[in-house]
Amino acid sequence: MSILHTVNKSTYERDTLEACVRLAAKGGSVLLIEDGVYSAMSGGNKSSVIENAKDLSFYVLGPDIKARGLSEDRLIDGVKVVDYKGFVELSVSNDSVSAWL
Amino acid sequence: MSDAKKFMYINRKAPYGTIYAWESLEVVLIGAAFDQEVSLAFVDDGVYQLMKGQDTTEVGIKNFSPTYAALGDYDVNKIYIEKESLEARGLTLDDLQHLVWEDEDEDWAEKDSIRVVTSAELAEIFEQQDITLSF
Repeated sequence: MSILHTVNKSTYERDTLEACVRLAAKGGSVLLIEDGVYSAMSGGNKSSVIENAKDLSFYVLGPDIKARGLSEDRLIDGVKVVDYKGFVELSVSNDSVSAWL
Repeated sequence: MSDAKKFMYINRKAPYGTIYAWESLEVVLIGAAFDQEVSLAFVDDGVYQLMKGQDTTEVGIKNFSPTYAALGDYDVNKIYIEKESLEARGLTLDDLQHLVWEDEDEDWAEKDSIRVVTSAELAEIFEQQDITLSF
């Protein structure tokens, strides 16, 4: 059983990502979309939420980081960028999708 | 001008995820057209509204970030950014748009609109306002 978790809230505004990371099983995937992509930027005081979650794989939706003026080279190490096609592939390669709001 | 009130618009939301940022900008521009003294504060995720290089082509949402550059033309030139909010997000002033206005009293000299202030300084600025609107 593998789950793709999606998070669409900024970790600076809500604790959604923290809840997701706490409750996701080892080996799970987390895709940050919409305002969730802010959480993937390095150098912030909440960057540790992702940096400390070594057992999970993190992805960000490229179109959402572009929309917000964020640059890929400032993403936290290990976070992978996917496009809409990649979103679909993650959805079908996991057993289910859990959308955290 | 004696009827002019001091309006402060506090912006705390990131753009695009919710409609607050865009709504605030619309209200600010309407207010400015009525010759009020308008100030803007960007705090918490609101600082993300002013990020440079926003490109919404692939998400199918209107990119309203270029509109902030028009604020100077509406005499909206007191734009405060909370230092603590920038730092918490690993951002610096260089990550934000450079907003300017032209001072007609000084032969239209171009001046910076953005001031980075501490929370304590912002608290004092808020105290001086007649009306505060939060988005």
